[in-house]
Amino acid sequence: MNFKDTFLVGEQGLFKPESLTPMQKLLLKFVVVGLIYYGFAVIEGMIMRIYQIEPIAALGEHQYFAILTAHPLVGIFGSTYSIVFGAFLFVVPFMMKKPLWSYKLGCWTFWLITIGTLTFWLSGFISHYAPLYTLYWPLPVDFTQFNPMGGIFFILGIALVMLGAVFFVINIFMTIGYTPEGWEKQPSGALMASALGYSGLRNLFKKKKKQKEHLVPLPVAAVARGTVDVALNAGIILFTGVLILVYMIAHVMGFSFKDTAIDALLYKNWFWWGLDLIADGLVLIFVAGTWYLITMMITGKKIFMGNIARAALLVELIVSWTVWSHHLLSDQAQPAVLKIVSGEMVTAFELITQGLAFFVVLVTLWSARPLKMTNELKFLLGGLLGFALAVPAGIMQADIGLNRILHNTQWIIGPHVHVAILIGLTMTLYSAIYLLFPIVTNGAKLYSQKLANFHFWAHLIGGIGMGAFMGMAGLEGMLRRTIYFNGEFDLYMILAGLSGSLLLFAFLAFFFNIVMSLGLFGVIGIFTPSKLDSKLLVPEEK
Amino acid sequence: MVDTQLVLWGQTIAYSSYAIVIILLMSWFGYNVSKPGKAGLVKPAIFYTFVGFLTVLGVSLHIVTYNTIPWTAIDLNRDDIQADKTFYITVENHEFKLPSEKLRIKVGEKVVFDVTSNDLTYGFGLFRKDNSMLMQMQVVPGHRNDIMWEFVQPGTYTIRSTEYSGPKGTRMILPDVVEVTN
Repeated sequence: MNFKDTFLVGEQGLFKPESLTPMQKLLLKFVVVGLIYYGFAVIEGMIMRIYQIEPIAALGEHQYFAILTAHPLVGIFGSTYSIVFGAFLFVVPFMMKKPLWSYKLGCWTFWLITIGTLTFWLSGFISHYAPLYTLYWPLPVDFTQFNPMGGIFFILGIALVMLGAVFFVINIFMTIGYTPEGWEKQPSGALMASALGYSGLRNLFKKKKKQKEHLVPLPVAAVARGTVDVALNAGIILFTGVLILVYMIAHVMGFSFKDTAIDALLYKNWFWWGLDLIADGLVLIFVAGTWYLITMMITGKKIFMGNIARAALLVELIVSWTVWSHHLLSDQAQPAVLKIVSGEMVTAFELITQGLAFFVVLVTLWSARPLKMTNELKFLLGGLLGFALAVPAGIMQADIGLNRILHNTQWIIGPHVHVAILIGLTMTLYSAIYLLFPIVTNGAKLYSQKLANFHFWAHLIGGIGMGAFMGMAGLEGMLRRTIYFNGEFDLYMILAGLSGSLLLFAFLAFFFNIVMSLGLFGVIGIFTPSKLDSKLLVPEEK
Repeated sequence: MVDTQLVLWGQTIAYSSYAIVIILLMSWFGYNVSKPGKAGLVKPAIFYTFVGFLTVLGVSLHIVTYNTIPWTAIDLNRDDIQADKTFYITVENHEFKLPSEKLRIKVGEKVVFDVTSNDLTYGFGLFRKDNSMLMQMQVVPGHRNDIMWEFVQPGTYTIRSTEYSGPKGTRMILPDVVEVTN
């Protein structure tokens, strides 16, 4: 096939969108939209990288901070939530061997996240609403700096995403516990107890002979635990959004509420408690679950020390509820006991829970050697390396002494946040995408292995390089969330920018590879309705 | 004397060494996992040893820093330590208001910076002439934001807001207003 034909119908014309079930199409839609929003985040990231080298005259400071506000939210909600929710709405029924509880609710999740992300992104782009994702009180209602109408649409966009998240939560738990039509009655309570870790915890204290078999596979248990944090986080963000909306609508209607009615420190605790359910909660739990799933599928083996891994997921869930105070180590009014217990000690537990997941995955892979170095395996190893680098960086900054000289520097956002997200999380997601690609596309073939190799190395080197150079600048005092006008940290920022451009090229190579694999008509076909039964995950074999 | 630059050097060496080791380890693993060879079972004892090692590492980091980084203990016990000087600073409308044009300090003095915000959440940081950070804290409205610092070397420091407070906050810089002399 020539280039033009491949571009139109995909590699060897193997991808037939009309053969896809509604569930396959739903997952592919989530992935395509998630990748497009990832592209948004990468381009925004590159604009900011350039701005850190030399402020761009055509791009005002207000626009810069609007980008800085939208960038992490588009990356997490628009991209990661889309890909992760789409994958789990497919994987949970796949592993439970029963249909998704509600296909329609899954579609609602897709549209709410897609439209919600576009709404808050556009409102930030147009109105320059820029209180950052931290929304430190009373900045989101500072109408001397921000337009309240822009803020209203921004918050509404976030609220739509959260509503989509709530629908995802309902769908996941109902799928685990419900009895499909015509099936023998399922033990809902026992399934839920297994998913949430109660039965696993009980097993730890019983002799081997008396231990009960797990009703729910380990990866599904991880999804269920992480979904608890999704639910709590959605509640916190929705509540905070309503609070901010009340102030905005009152202002638009000519009333002015006193912002001192809200205690800024209490609010900061509350909001970080909710935000950390993502950063130190569901991300870590979902990633561990995805590692287990990919490892089991690659090796065909059970996870080494699986019972302990289940228990660790439960511990991680509790850690995620009590860990938030490491974000307030530089807040002098924060009680010292919270700084030490929550900020330092509980945070140190993440070294254990994530280290444990890292270890058992490596041992399981090793036990199945020799393994073929497939795309999914190398990206999985990249994801493991990402967290092995980022978690200790986070533990270091969650120390009262070190935080005094690291807080709000580029160290936090470089070696910790960006390495965790770009290398740890994103490479894990890429691994899952490469693994599920033939299953979800009914046997489509990847266009170019050379492009996949380039994708891997450019992403790995670019991500680690960018994090490292940002970290070096941070150790020399460079702050995040500000602009340097006199080239104070140019050397590091140029090197970080070059590394960032590798990430951009890696993404372009991957996106091009996927489009050439599916073909333009194939990509369009994903968004047309399927004629097959929505209860089917994959087409029935004839 | 241990100062922030020394601590940051220590951290740079420790973390860089760790990063190189873990990258090499993963490279070795990636190379060998695809080569034929005996898989061999890993004993649970190794697993429990590894978890124990992580536990000791996580906890000992804070014990070590508490006992080696001087400002940690000062910070946690500042209410019981007599300050040599206290500077009351207010922040409002993205501006620092100092009690005097320059804040003059002698080496060895324990100084409290008591910063009050009348509107937004800001940051308060001291920076050297080469832009490296000496220390910082958050400045939250409606609460007392005080930090005690013992200056161990002479120098001139710039005050800068270390927290985002909207686009106007990028210019919250007071160059060379803190002078520490022998």
